Amino acid sequence: MAQWIAACAADDIDPEDVIPFSRDGIDYAIYRSPDDGYYATDGHCTHEKTLLCDGLVMDDVIECPKHNGRFDYTSGKALGAPVLTDIRTYPVKVLDGTVYIEIG
Amino acid sequence: MGRERLARYSLAGPENQAAVDAGLAGGDWFRSAVPRKRMKELMRRSDYPAIRDTVIWFGLIGLFGGLGIAFWGTWWALPFFLVYGTLYGSTSDSRWHETGHGTAFKTRWLDEGLYQIASFMIMRDPTVWRWSHTRHHTDTLILGRDPEIAAMRPARLVRLLANFVGLVDVTIAFRLMFVHAAGRLSADEADFVPESERPKVYRTARIHLAIYAVTIGLAIGFRSWLPVVLIGGPRLYGAWLLNVYALTQHAGMGENVLDHRLNTRTVKMCAVNRFLYWNMNYHVEHHMFPMVPYYRLPELHEEVKHDCAPVYPSIWAAYKEIIPAILHQLRDEEYYVHRELLPGAPPFNVPTPMNDGRGLPLAPAPAA
Repeated sequence: MAQWIAACAADDIDPEDVIPFSRDGIDYAIYRSPDDGYYATDGHCTHEKTLLCDGLVMDDVIECPKHNGRFDYTSGKALGAPVLTDIRTYPVKVLDGTVYIEIG
Repeated sequence: MGRERLARYSLAGPENQAAVDAGLAGGDWFRSAVPRKRMKELMRRSDYPAIRDTVIWFGLIGLFGGLGIAFWGTWWALPFFLVYGTLYGSTSDSRWHETGHGTAFKTRWLDEGLYQIASFMIMRDPTVWRWSHTRHHTDTLILGRDPEIAAMRPARLVRLLANFVGLVDVTIAFRLMFVHAAGRLSADEADFVPESERPKVYRTARIHLAIYAVTIGLAIGFRSWLPVVLIGGPRLYGAWLLNVYALTQHAGMGENVLDHRLNTRTVKMCAVNRFLYWNMNYHVEHHMFPMVPYYRLPELHEEVKHDCAPVYPSIWAAYKEIIPAILHQLRDEEYYVHRELLPGAPPFNVPTPMNDGRGLPLAPAPAA
């Protein structure tokens, strides 16, 4: 059943950056875009099991730190080899300075 | 011996599944703890350094190629073509490498454009080798998994030496171009190139073959070697420096390990070599953090050097180790160069004797 989970404080993430979040043994990546939008995806690259939170955020793109796989983290769209499968995204909302993601 | 050795290194052989079963494939590698803020700075890229270096590089290729053409028919052309050929047939490797990682330029089309040109020059299919190199980074020197192991144990010495004039690479490249142009992949390539990517391979092979056919046609038409000396030929007569650099990366080092400090070298080089090699002498650092662009690797080296073994002070110092190690491995396949870490460095990541560097044959997993 879907539920909203408090993931972090909004200020925990620098603009144009990503941080990790884990819940029940599942890894997520929480993003803050350059214009202060908040987004969430699965924590691992769809190519290999590499944590995206160690990668570089450039505008709306997250780049996997291992093989340069790139995703549009606002839509989850894979942007070319070596990632060929889109990444799952999660709804996000910010209330009173706290970032919530909807999982389940 | 020869067939058994090839089977151990083949991606289509039993070592592949054995490495997967043993947890060596896609393993958890050692990485230095560099603060996130600093890593972001180091990964951040800009177009300027690579545009500057690429303009200089193409400028040198054009200059020395032009001088070679101007003096064609005299002995004076020889030194100019030696430089032209080395720039074309050796240093295109580092341009291929950096743009393949997508880190050289900030602007994607610049990166992809140089990648396609350098892939043609170095005679590598851009799609196959993108996936090949991806695997090399996932499973560096893991037997049966890494398609880019230059020096096997024991080494195939004649092939290693012949490749200093490109004989092995060029022969394989043309054989594969014909295979790809016919709409097929080799068994090893089929292990790492996804189905959806394969049409690109076939199309590129046909384009590359067409360019070489035109080149040879011009040579025959004009009754001159000049077109071949300019296009394709440098991959033979100019390949020596590529091999000088490339063997410093991993030759003689540990296999089936999950720690780049055990299977990779960082070698100090002068400014000229670092320009030609695009800083790939910082190879331990590159493998630990592949998304750091070549022009930030000296800074990354400063961040992680305290975790590593001492750097090799020169190419010569590296070869004083590589040549005896390769010769030693001819009679002892379990021998490898075991380095001593600096005091205070985190210990080597050696979870079991199985991955201590000797590259022991892995037992197949028992049937469930």
